[in-house]
Amino acid sequence: MRFHAEPIEFTPQPGVGAPVWHGRAVDGEDLLRYAISVHRHQGRLSALWGSDERERAGGFRLHCVFALTEGWQWLRLDLPAENPTCPDLSGIFPAANRMQRATFDLLDIRHDGPDQRPWLRHGGWPADWFPLRHDAGDHADFTNAPTDYDFVKVGGEGAHEIPVGPIHAGIIEPGHFRFSVVGERVLRLEQRLGYQHKGVEHRLASTDFLTGAKLIGRISGDSTCAYAWAYAAAVEAACGATPSPRALMLRAVMLERERVANHLGDLGALGNDAAFAFGLTQFMRLKEDWLRLNADLFGHRFMMDRIVPGGVSHDLAPEALARMVEQCELFAREVSELRAIYDNHAGLQDRFLTTGIINTDLAHELSLTGMAARATGMILDGRVYRQDYTPPPPYAALGVRPVTDERGDVAARVAVRFDEIFESLRLLRAMAVGMPAGEILTTITPVAGGAGLGVIEGWRGEVLVGLEFDAVGKLARVHPHDPSWQCWPALEHAVMNDIVPDFPLINKSFNLSYSGADL
Amino acid sequence: MIPLLRRIFKTGIVTESVPEIPAAETQRLHGEILTILGRALTIRQVDAGSCNGCELEIHALNNPYYNLEGRGIKFVASPRHADMLLVTGPVTKNMENALKIVYDCTPDPKLVVAVGDCGCGCGEVGALFGPNYATCGAVENVIPVDVRIPGCPPTPLVLMQGILQAITPR
Ligand code: SF4
Repeated sequence: MRFHAEPIEFTPQPGVGAPVWHGRAVDGEDLLRYAISVHRHQGRLSALWGSDERERAGGFRLHCVFALTEGWQWLRLDLPAENPTCPDLSGIFPAANRMQRATFDLLDIRHDGPDQRPWLRHGGWPADWFPLRHDAGDHADFTNAPTDYDFVKVGGEGAHEIPVGPIHAGIIEPGHFRFSVVGERVLRLEQRLGYQHKGVEHRLASTDFLTGAKLIGRISGDSTCAYAWAYAAAVEAACGATPSPRALMLRAVMLERERVANHLGDLGALGNDAAFAFGLTQFMRLKEDWLRLNADLFGHRFMMDRIVPGGVSHDLAPEALARMVEQCELFAREVSELRAIYDNHAGLQDRFLTTGIINTDLAHELSLTGMAARATGMILDGRVYRQDYTPPPPYAALGVRPVTDERGDVAARVAVRFDEIFESLRLLRAMAVGMPAGEILTTITPVAGGAGLGVIEGWRGEVLVGLEFDAVGKLARVHPHDPSWQCWPALEHAVMNDIVPDFPLINKSFNLSYSGADL
Repeated sequence: MIPLLRRIFKTGIVTESVPEIPAAETQRLHGEILTILGRALTIRQVDAGSCNGCELEIHALNNPYYNLEGRGIKFVASPRHADMLLVTGPVTKNMENALKIVYDCTPDPKLVVAVGDCGCGCGEVGALFGPNYATCGAVENVIPVDVRIPGCPPTPLVLMQGILQAITPR
C-alpha cells in the first residue's frame, strides 16, 4: 500500500491492534520526502528512535513513526556502521529535535540539525560511550561528572532568568525549567529534562518478553495500563497472537479506569493551584474511592502487571462488574455536582480562562497528541472513528464520542478532562453490560526476528511501543514512547506572555510525564 | 456558594484511623512528635528517579481519608525546613548530585526514609531497577538511610506506618 502517491511501499501489520503499516526508506532523501508529504497532509511525527543492527544487518537503523488519519506508519532507514548520520527532521517536525538528540546520546547516530546539544546525557557517562551499542556493555562504575547546559540567552533591558529545579517545590518529578522574564511576564521558557533517565531501553535489551512487561509497566506509574497494553499489542503483533474479545474488553476497562483516576487527581490539583482547596479535597476523596475499587477488582490500586502479553491476568466476576456499574453511576452524579461548582466559581474561571493558550496551528506544528491536542479543537483520539480510520477493538464497537474544546487554554483542558470522565464512565457501564464471555489469556510463543508496534490512547495521549525480537526470541530492541515528548515543547509555548505565578497552573493542566520521556 | 457549602456538609469528615495504629495510638504519636520536635514533623519529598507511581501514593497521604497534615505531619518546599527526607528512586546519575545537595541542606538531626522497591533496592522490581550506567540503584547507595518502606508502590497506609515508625523513639 502507498500513501499520498509517495513511492514507499507499506505492508499492513497483522492482528487486531491499531492500524499500523511497516515500510522502508531507501535513503535519507527518501525519508525526508516522505516526512514532507506527511506534514503536508496534516500528519504528525509520533516517534523517532535508533537501533544497532550491526550484528544482524551490518549497520544502524533509524526508526520513525508517522501518524496520518488512516493510522501509523513505521518507517525504517538503514544507516552505515561507520559514522551513521540521519537527515534532520526537526525543520519539518520540531518534535524531532529532542528525539534526534536522545538518539545521538544513546547510539552515536548523528543528525545534521542545528541543535547539537546533548539531551539525556548530563555527564553521568563519558561522551564517547553509547549505552545502546551492542558492544557497550554495562558500566555502573562511571564517574559522574555533571555538565553545564547551553541555555538560550534572552537579552534586553530588564530581562532576567529564573532557574527552577531539578528538584521542585512540591511532590513531583524532577526537571529543570529556565524562565526568562521581564517583571512578572514570561518571555521564554526552556526545559532541560533527562533527570529521570534510568537506562530503561538498555535494561530491556536481551530480556525475555515477560520481564520486559514488568519494566514497561513501570515507565510511567500513572500510565501503567496504557504502557502495558501498547507493549502487549506490540508483542502480539510480532508473534501473531490474538487476545480474546474478553481480554480486550477487560484491558479497556483498566485503561478507562486509569483515565478517570488521573483526570480526577488533576482536576483537584488544578483547583488547588488556583487557591481552591475545596476542589483538591473533594477530588482526592473521589480518586481514593476509585483507587480502592481498583484494588478490590484487580488486586492493585494502579492495576500494575494486570495487562500482560496474550491477555490479562485478572478476570472480573459478575458481582465485580455490578459494583463497578454502581460506582460509575455514583461518580457521574458527584462529578457533575463538582463541575457545576467549578464552572460557577468566578475566581477559578478567572485563573483558567485565556491562561496558557495553544492554538490548533501550533498543535499541528508540534505534532501534539492526546488530551492537550483535543483541547485545541483537534479530533485526535485513537479510540474514535474518523473518516478513513476505524479504531481497534473493543473501541470500534463502543462508539466512543470525541471530546474537544477549541479554546486551547487551561479552561479548555479542564473542560476536556471533565467531559472525558463522563464519557469514560459511560464506556465503563457499557463494557460491564456487554462483557463477552471467554478465556482471558492466550499463550504467546516468541517469533525470532518478529517486529510489532502497539499504539494506545492513554489518558495523556498516544503511548507507542515499537519492538523487535532477536534470533533466539529475546527482545532485541524496545522503544517505548510517551506522548510527553511531543507535549513538553507545547508547554514552553503555552507559558509565553503569561505571568510566572500562572506557570504551576498551566503545567498542571498538561501534567506531563518526566519519567516517561526520560526513560 | 450554597452548592459548595452543601457539598462540604454532605461529605462530612471522612478521615480514618490507621488500622494497626488505633486512633488513641495516633493521638499518642502526635503528642510524641510534639514533645520530641516541639512542633509538627516536616517532610521534604525528593523524587530521585521514580516512575511517579510512588509519588501518586505519597500524594494520597494528604487526601481526607489519610489526612496526614491533620496528624501534625506536613510536606514542605525546602529541605532547610525539613526534619525528614522521603526519597523515591532508583537514584539516577542525573539526580545523584541534586540528592546529595538536598541531604547536606537538611539540618541535623535528620531522618531519611527510602520509599518503594526501587528506592529500597528490594524485591523483583528493585532488582530490575538496580545500578546501571544511568542509575545508582537504591537510595542508600547515595545517602545514609534510616528507614525503608518497600512496595511497588507502597500503599498510603503502609507509607503512613513507615513514617510513624521512623519517628517513634526506639
Ligand atoms: S517502586 Fe514501583 S511505583 Fe515506586 S518508583 Fe519503583 S516502579 Fe515506580
